[in-house]
Amino acid sequence: MPPALAQSFGTAWRNPTPKGVYDLSIIGAGPAGLTAARAAAALGARVALIERDRLGGGSLNVGSVPSKAILRTARLYAEMGAAEHYGARSPGDVAIDFGAVMERMRTIRRRVSDSASADRLAAAGIDVFFGQARFTGRRSIEVGDLALRFDKALIATGSRSLTPEVPGLAEAGYLINETVFELTERPRRLLVMGGGPAGCELAQAFCRLGSQVIIAQDDPTFLPKEERDAAQILSDALARDGIEVHLNTTVAAVRTEGDQKIIDLVSEDSRTQVGVDQILVGIGRTPNVEAMGLETAGVRYDPVGGIQVDDFLRTSNRRIYAAGDVCLGQQFAHTAEASARIVVLNALGLRRERLSALTIPWCTYTDPEIAHVGLYVREAWSQSIPLHTYVVLMHDVDRAVIDGEDEGFVKIHVREGTDRVLGATIVARHAGEMIGEISLAIRLGLGMQDLAQVVHPYPTQAGAVKMAATACTRAHLPPALRALRWLRSVRRTGPLSGSNL
Amino acid sequence: MTRSIHTIPADPPMESDDALLDRFQRAAFGYFLETFNPANGLSADNTRPGAPSSIAVVGFALSAYPVGVERGWMARDEAAARTLTTLRFFWNARQDGGADATGHNGFFYHFLDMATGARVWRSELSPIDTALLIAGMLTAAAYFMEDTPAEREIRTLADAIYRRVDWRWAQAGQATVRQGWKPNSGFLHYGWEGYSEAILLYALGLASPTHPLSDASYVAWTETYQWENIYDQDLLYAGPLFIHLFSHAWIDFAGLRDRFMREKRSDYFENSRHAVWIQREYARRNPHGYLGYDENSWGLTANDGPGSKTLRIDGRKRRFFSYTARGVPYGPDDGTLAPWAPLATLPFASECAFLALRRLCARHPRVVEGSRLPSGFNPTLTEAGPDGWVSEGYFGLDQGIVVLMVENHRSGLIWRLMQRCPYLGQGLRRADFRGGWL
Repeated sequence: MPPALAQSFGTAWRNPTPKGVYDLSIIGAGPAGLTAARAAAALGARVALIERDRLGGGSLNVGSVPSKAILRTARLYAEMGAAEHYGARSPGDVAIDFGAVMERMRTIRRRVSDSASADRLAAAGIDVFFGQARFTGRRSIEVGDLALRFDKALIATGSRSLTPEVPGLAEAGYLINETVFELTERPRRLLVMGGGPAGCELAQAFCRLGSQVIIAQDDPTFLPKEERDAAQILSDALARDGIEVHLNTTVAAVRTEGDQKIIDLVSEDSRTQVGVDQILVGIGRTPNVEAMGLETAGVRYDPVGGIQVDDFLRTSNRRIYAAGDVCLGQQFAHTAEASARIVVLNALGLRRERLSALTIPWCTYTDPEIAHVGLYVREAWSQSIPLHTYVVLMHDVDRAVIDGEDEGFVKIHVREGTDRVLGATIVARHAGEMIGEISLAIRLGLGMQDLAQVVHPYPTQAGAVKMAATACTRAHLPPALRALRWLRSVRRTGPLSGSNL
Repeated sequence: MTRSIHTIPADPPMESDDALLDRFQRAAFGYFLETFNPANGLSADNTRPGAPSSIAVVGFALSAYPVGVERGWMARDEAAARTLTTLRFFWNARQDGGADATGHNGFFYHFLDMATGARVWRSELSPIDTALLIAGMLTAAAYFMEDTPAEREIRTLADAIYRRVDWRWAQAGQATVRQGWKPNSGFLHYGWEGYSEAILLYALGLASPTHPLSDASYVAWTETYQWENIYDQDLLYAGPLFIHLFSHAWIDFAGLRDRFMREKRSDYFENSRHAVWIQREYARRNPHGYLGYDENSWGLTANDGPGSKTLRIDGRKRRFFSYTARGVPYGPDDGTLAPWAPLATLPFASECAFLALRRLCARHPRVVEGSRLPSGFNPTLTEAGPDGWVSEGYFGLDQGIVVLMVENHRSGLIWRLMQRCPYLGQGLRRADFRGGWL
């Protein structure tokens, strides 16, 4: 095992002797636990960090990091296939080396995990314990035969893949997030159960690496939580790559025939069968709340919804907090980190920060990416907030055209009659990089006029944000200036201009 | 030598706008004469061999007959007789919801066997297509007002068939109307939500004196409306053009506003004008670089396409589709245009529609052959012929919307007939529409 990963696993690690009462004892060393441990230690707190598996949690080991690593290679293969479109020539026979793809992924994972090694954490003044943690009282935890006492504790045990009850599935075998990155051979045919963001990312990656991929999902709409138009564009992109998407379709049964898994798909009143080599289950996640003695600690939880917290992230035991996937609906590494920072400030009595004050963007890292922050249209309606949406198509953004990445849009929602930014969805090759500017605007209460005044370097794809802001600013011109602009438009384009059909 | 101007060959005299419209409208109307089964009054979905009947196309046919009578293309008696045959069939057809019945709870299956009227293609019991059919029946009832046995029976049957529809059942206990029901699997899992052609469905469903939709259904339908500024133009967004046309075939929305449109200081008629502008602007920009697009060659909507396939053209992977709902600006866009779509926008943007029609005639003679417009053509697929790929045969929905919208532009006949229908006004008022002809 490579040294960095060995450190992450903690195989050569010896747990320290507990030191009195810890200011903060943290269970789980994923994004939330690591963030809280570092932040609390930096503030001078006495910190214990307990992990039963690998440091870094799901995101580093079996989530965002490995998936983005193989997505990058998959994108390169897709670009080699489209070389002619870019005025280039690719080698005639581009052979996909799946082993090399996975080796690169493991190398990157090792490199990223280096900053989360036990030695580094210990050097930062954090007591790192490996083992299963269990509350033995309202202010005490045991790890193996060690007893830890705490003033405050944080539960950051994350979540794991949910697996469905499908006849024959367990016998036939299947992959989940926790196992898919251990594949040594590319599946020739892959069925992805569940068309959520993670399922779409891996479906596209495997398809571009040469697998025949089918997505089957119960829901009748593709990416039902996203804007319909964003989902439409991604659905088209996946179809162009060659992925078959079966909506409103249930996996009814699985059986093995020789080397292949035969799957019964049911959609309304029709039943079909497909044969594949592997099944990847991506139907959602469930919080890790078991075997921690939560009842003993007086922490209320729900096996489906996770640990119950208030807006300050306190559990029903006021000395114990929770952060990340184990208690939040938005299960992202960055949400886990942000919630952990709140816990540190609140638990150490430095501030009283609220979870509801956070502005949390998210991104689906397909090609194109879909990023969102703030309100969706349906959420605004349910809160009786009238919206006006300003759209810039990426095909109108010079840099996107130059890069041959002109698919998608920037949509910014503002409160009707004002320029106040309430939400945005971006579909673009680099949507995840672009959404930050809008998050900042929402966080600081900036308006579209403020965004319109931000000078962006030319040409950049992020310039689309400024273009949308400028469109809003134009719409808010005083009536006299708008009339002048309309007259100029009519003179320039004739009587068929937009407002004069 | 000075050449006399008289030696320069003159351009052929330009056909007048009205003559042009007459030619294309009559050709579209001819579809309903040719695809009619006199035994049961059903009209075919399309002209391809073995095509079933589409109940929506029957609705367009029933609305087209009054146009034919008024234009002198059909005798009133013949129109009434055809209408009566159709109404008698739907009134008497099996309504037990069986897999080979014609309908259930007053609704009808989307596709029916042309000869027997039984459900085919495992199609769904369709609220929206039933609404289009009922709109045709109510149009006929409003037109055939003479005191003759045939016309009295038309009015009686249209009313009875409308009253029989259990609209509330189609909500399945949800806020919005479900998109369909199947005998073996029940209701489809999705409802009519967000702006679409379903205004007509809600207006008719809300007005029912027997089984009306819930009061809250219309508001729930509008909850996912998207008011967007695209290419500097504000509109209630819907990508495929037909969405901005179908309800408008029967309802004159000029000045008519529900709560949403009052807040936006617009109306659905104005909105369709803006949709036309965005279609033209999209085609002018032509972001995917398809052949044949420009500001006078546009029309992305639900229509036939060259088939489901992926081709590499000029180094770029292009995905093509068969019959699908194409839309702007978010797609899908595979380079396929609907030649009939601009003509159907006449009431909203007549100048644009004429420019598009004349451009089509000048540039794509094969597409306008016989003056009846096919469902789609794709100039990018050049290997298929000089006009690219052209859809085989004709589709009833395309011909129907052309007949009705051209007529609304020329005389407003369909709009006026439906303004006489008390149900429509009641339904619109229950949806909180005000102004305009209401």
